[in-house]
Amino acid sequence: MTDRGDEPRPNGNGVAEHPPADGQAPDRDRAESPHPESTGTEGSDLGEAVREVEAAAHEHRPPAGPLANALTAGAVVVLGVAAVLGSWSLGVGSASTPGPGTWPLLVSLALVVLGVALLAGARRASDAERFSRSSWLVLAGIATMVGFVAVIEVVGFEIPAALLCFVWLRFLGRESWRTSVLTSLGVVVAFYAVFVAALAVPIPHLF
Amino acid sequence: MDLSPVLDGFGVVLEPTNLLYCLIGVVIGMLIGVLPGLGPAATIAILLPVTFGIEPVTAIIMLAGIFYGAQYGGTITSVLLRLPGEASSVVTVFDGHAMARQGRAGTALGIAAIGSFVGGTVSIVALSLLAPVVAGFALDFGPPEYTALALLGILLVATVSSGNRQKAVIAACVGLLLATVGRDGFTAAERFTFDNLSLADGLDFVPIAMGLFGLGEILYNLEERHRAVQAPVAVTNVWPSRADLRQSSGAIGRGSVLGFLLGILPGGGATLSSLAAYALEKRRAKDPARFGRGAVEGVAAPESANNAAATSSFIPLLTLGIPANATMAVIFGALLIQDVTPGPQLVTEEPELFWGVVNSMYLGNILLLVMSIPLVGLFVRILRVRATILAPITVLITLVGVYTVNNDVFDIVLVIVFGALGYLMRKLGFDPGPLVLAFVLGSLLEDSLRRSLLIFDGDPTGFLTRPISGTLFAAFLVVALLPPVRAALARRRTPNPTNRTKEHL
Repeated sequence: MTDRGDEPRPNGNGVAEHPPADGQAPDRDRAESPHPESTGTEGSDLGEAVREVEAAAHEHRPPAGPLANALTAGAVVVLGVAAVLGSWSLGVGSASTPGPGTWPLLVSLALVVLGVALLAGARRASDAERFSRSSWLVLAGIATMVGFVAVIEVVGFEIPAALLCFVWLRFLGRESWRTSVLTSLGVVVAFYAVFVAALAVPIPHLF
Repeated sequence: MDLSPVLDGFGVVLEPTNLLYCLIGVVIGMLIGVLPGLGPAATIAILLPVTFGIEPVTAIIMLAGIFYGAQYGGTITSVLLRLPGEASSVVTVFDGHAMARQGRAGTALGIAAIGSFVGGTVSIVALSLLAPVVAGFALDFGPPEYTALALLGILLVATVSSGNRQKAVIAACVGLLLATVGRDGFTAAERFTFDNLSLADGLDFVPIAMGLFGLGEILYNLEERHRAVQAPVAVTNVWPSRADLRQSSGAIGRGSVLGFLLGILPGGGATLSSLAAYALEKRRAKDPARFGRGAVEGVAAPESANNAAATSSFIPLLTLGIPANATMAVIFGALLIQDVTPGPQLVTEEPELFWGVVNSMYLGNILLLVMSIPLVGLFVRILRVRATILAPITVLITLVGVYTVNNDVFDIVLVIVFGALGYLMRKLGFDPGPLVLAFVLGSLLEDSLRRSLLIFDGDPTGFLTRPISGTLFAAFLVVALLPPVRAALARRRTPNPTNRTKEHL
């Protein structure tokens, strides 16, 4: 093993002996900005501070209720059971002659056990988020993509791409009509130039 | 140590084409990486199709560029928008954004670039020395060792991942199951294909990574669209002053070393090391109260550490073939697509490739430093472009990009399915990282498990009697059982847990 002490340390020990001399810096910083969120880092527990920043990023995202947690855990169990049945039908073999279903069976059994454990703790769980009205935006976004892939082989990518872009801009992003129309057209032209004209990717296209 | 392959590697890397691709990689890596919320794993996943159809070495060099660019892109959003791209730059937010509010955003970004460069370089030098040693050690590994190693790797990543550990392991199990879809390598039986021809060859890595990381992230961010968008602060004077440099040089040095050491460990090395480096600096500081209010060391230390760790997490990938975190899982997938199988044999059998990969990291790192400082102004302007406009463009890049991989519409379907799954997982508290990692390691794990069982003639105790696999399994058990046992002990210590939870609410 290479001795890790040999590792080059450009700014290593020499500097480390002298903690940065910064008499004036703290005063200036403190005078300028006593932000509310910086109090989060006051505590010595760094993990807590990190959690606080993460929580701040999620402040508009209330946690899901116990029913949603139970349903999630239930879905995991169902998936696990289905996979167990599927693996069983593949032929599980034995330990000395593993069959095609051996490994999937082991994994899906683990999945069932974990799912049941999750179900048991579902009431205490707090890490899932509640679906809100803005979750419909996501559904709409997925719908545009499904529409895109459904028609791309028939009419090429240009029209569905422009429509997808337009829906995302105008209805999901609340951009102005003008911005939405111009950006959608610009994006499709740019994609055409790059993928069809320059790279000659055989993506279905109309023109 | 024989230096000639190392130097040959440099020769390869310094060819003008490769330089150009590395440069392009750094720039587009940063471009996509500054999109709010898109971390390195998502960025690299979205850009995977760009690297196809290029010669392997060139493609890998470009990937290194994308990797470093994406890493730094996350730093830019942390400092300017208070939006960390991924967990490893969360701590940068504290002091980086505080500095930005004081009008010192440029200094924060400059110090972050310099710290990243130093951390990355220290780490690459150490990697060049250490990787061949580890690879030599791992050459004797047989299927049982690989079984143990892959299991331990997946478990560690799931354990260290952010959020619920149980859910992370569930995600990993789903990834392992997804990896079994398609024809079984041993018996040619079709598994879980539901008579779909497109599934017969198994699921492709690219749509899964692009969907779960890329689209999933974009859809998740879509919900926050109506939140007031914070305008990024103006950036002036990117060059840190001499006083800033002097003040942060110790932090950069310590962060680099700490990052390198922690990065070798599987499982979110970059996150852990940035936290550890920040905590170390805060503890060492004469006046810890400065931290969180714009202390320059508070940016320098975690940024040096996370880049050093990101680089040293290449060691388990390149020498053992085990990716240490989600980003490495994406790189692993990208290397497999280039017909490069990372593993202990890589150093000896394909030295030009191995050293090409390692040396491309030097180059990516240098380009990062050279490009980021003058380009910061450009990226700030990109951040002014509203996320509502960038989101559909990124979606289209993903949809069209995934098509270009195999010229197959089915891949677009897959990317949408996994995008929706990625959204749901984020929403319900499952980290998609372990799923992708487990998917990438799935076939290796199953193969080596079945081979081992054949070797042992069906006796699973064989895993425990071999010294290395036995040790690894012991470690596996410790990691798997320690948290629940500790939780149980903690519960016993607080006699009335219901009261406690009420207080917390």
